Amino acid sequence: MKSFVCIKYVPDTSEAEVKVNSDGKTVDDSKFSYDINDADNYAVEESVLIKEDKGGEVDVVSIGPKQSEVMIRMALAKGCDRATRIEDERIANHDPLMVARVLAGAIKDQEFDLVFTGCWAEDDGHMSTGVALAEELGVNHASMVKKVEVLDGKVRAHRELEGGLIEVVELELPAVLTIQTGINEPRYAPIRGIRQAQKKELNVLNLDDLGVDPSEVNLDASGVILESLYIPEIESAAEFIEGEPEEKAEKLASILVKGGLV
Amino acid sequence: MGKILVLAEHRQGVLRDISYEMMAIAPKLAEEMGAELETLLIGSGMDEMAKELSGYGAKVNVIDDPVFENFNAEKYQKALSALIDNMKPAVLIAPHTAQGVDFMPSLAVEKKLPLVAEAIDLTYEDSTLKATRTMYSGKVNATVAFKPADTCLVTIREGAVEAPEPAAAGDVEKIESPLKEDLSYRQFVEYIEAEVGDVDITQSEILVAVGRGLKEDKNLPDIEELAMAIKADIAGSRAATDAGWIPHDRQVGTSGKTVKPKLYLALGISGAFQHVAGMKGAKTVVAVNKDPEAPIFNVADYAIVDDMFKVVPALKEKLKEMKG
Ligand SMILES: Cc1cc2nc3c(=O)[nH]c(=O)nc-3n(C[C@H](O)[C@H](O)[C@H](O)COP(=O)(O)OP(=O)(O)OC[C@H]3O[C@@H](n4cnc5c(N)ncnc54)[C@H](O)[C@@H]3O)c2cc1C
Ligand SMILES: Nc1ncnc2c1ncn2[C@@H]1O[C@H](COP(=O)(O)O)[C@@H](O)[C@H]1O
Repeated sequence: MKSFVCIKYVPDTSEAEVKVNSDGKTVDDSKFSYDINDADNYAVEESVLIKEDKGGEVDVVSIGPKQSEVMIRMALAKGCDRATRIEDERIANHDPLMVARVLAGAIKDQEFDLVFTGCWAEDDGHMSTGVALAEELGVNHASMVKKVEVLDGKVRAHRELEGGLIEVVELELPAVLTIQTGINEPRYAPIRGIRQAQKKELNVLNLDDLGVDPSEVNLDASGVILESLYIPEIESAAEFIEGEPEEKAEKLASILVKGGLV
Repeated sequence: MGKILVLAEHRQGVLRDISYEMMAIAPKLAEEMGAELETLLIGSGMDEMAKELSGYGAKVNVIDDPVFENFNAEKYQKALSALIDNMKPAVLIAPHTAQGVDFMPSLAVEKKLPLVAEAIDLTYEDSTLKATRTMYSGKVNATVAFKPADTCLVTIREGAVEAPEPAAAGDVEKIESPLKEDLSYRQFVEYIEAEVGDVDITQSEILVAVGRGLKEDKNLPDIEELAMAIKADIAGSRAATDAGWIPHDRQVGTSGKTVKPKLYLALGISGAFQHVAGMKGAKTVVAVNKDPEAPIFNVADYAIVDDMFKVVPALKEKLKEMKG
């Protein structure tokens, strides 16, 4: 089994204040902490589990800045074999079709059985890159995968649909699978793995190195323009309960009891 | 000017709500564009569904062929690719669902057409189609404009808008399946129904739901005691069920359960739309979150901005006291 796993370095904005910069097109990321996209963490684990079961190798591919190498080394520490980091200012990052074309550029001339991506990136969340990548590579795909069984020349994928219904499909290899969270239990990198990861190959390439024509993946090539970003108006009609934590708890308790809610 | 084609979605013999929801967005856009609006159904044995869908006044195009008995991304892509060539719609609107995300991006690549995924609204201004979508866990909205293209591809988020009431009846036209041969690269095997657990949270009167804010399962006992004090069942966000703190059958949201309790306490849950979609039917929502910007407050009736580990123990004591 030869696999690739595509991982993205994303900001954790679940607890952070997000501000739009004065250009109206980017957000102020100076206070964000970045790490691997949640679904991609599960994709790494799945690729390593399959390698441990069937043998073979796993290559990591990521388009991102120098700082993301900490994340890439972590994937190598968990059992991936080598990595390619792509950095090039010319890539139209806002368009998943352009991102997919660049990822394909790093994969298509090599042999592979499976390509793993996350099903969804937490930051811009197009849920599109993996399926577009499959078409660029000219191979089969299944998205939102929550269980993988590798068979002879085929893969059986359990797709998670709305309401938790599972659709089981069988695909001929090679194939792209977009992985949904919860498919496995991502491991912690072992100390020994962290040491070994420092010695593993990590190539940094740009579009020219990949042989991808910039005019096929830049802002001009993209069919969409990111016009503006803005903070949506908060439509909260909630009654905000104020005070020290104990006071808040007491006020809430009496609202619930007096209102007959509990 | 041109045609807007809306692809309806069905599963296990019924039209899904998103099919109607798209009919809240598409007619408005058709008017702005001066375009003709038509819908499209692909499947096998589609008469009933076609009739139902025609209630929205737009002509329904139906591909009714045994080849499409089960959803198959490969076949949908082939069929849509041929339809784009034949009908040349200015816009093709499809659901942003487990089905839609499985073929729209590859269709866009195949046809070299632009795609905007998961729009929550569409407008037509200055001869340009523009989509609104959300980013950064719902904290930022983006306006994305299409460059001129033969067909613009869009997927629409589920539950973004209310479905309109059916209006006038439209025509139903059967069109021949453009797919001549069956494809074998990808095969449907079976459906497996979602797990059922010991408690059916869709029937619960009171739910205490926890999210990633719980941090570790050793923090669960406090939550369990609170739930016990008010006879509530415990539920969780996807982050809480993925982490293994809460059983999977108690996940609330689009890929979990839709609940409608009298009282829903959301503790350490950010309020991603996939979560909110599953609990917005709750009568009263209480949210405790230390982030004042958390989107969960948009659907809350009572809000506490604070550390749940400080609030929950006190709340539990007070409730025990007051309920005697
Ligand atoms: C296809 C798809 C389907 C999905 N389906 C679902 C679904 O069915 N259900 C679902 O829930 N999600 C679903 N998701 C995931 C969803 O997008 C979010 O990632 C998820 O809901 C986040 O869970 P959370 O709110 O618990 O975690 P986070 O978003 O990480 O939020 C944690 C919150 O806890 C707060 N917090 C942290 N510490 C404390 C503290 N001490 N006190 C108080 N507050 C604290 C933080 O401020 C933050 O707001 C789906 C995603 C995809 C892509
Ligand atoms: N810059 C990137 N580098 C590597 N992989 C990426 C990148 N952007 C997106 N992906 C992959 O595509 C998946 C889905 O992203 P999206 O379509 O934006 O939701 C992610 O989970 C990643 O696996």
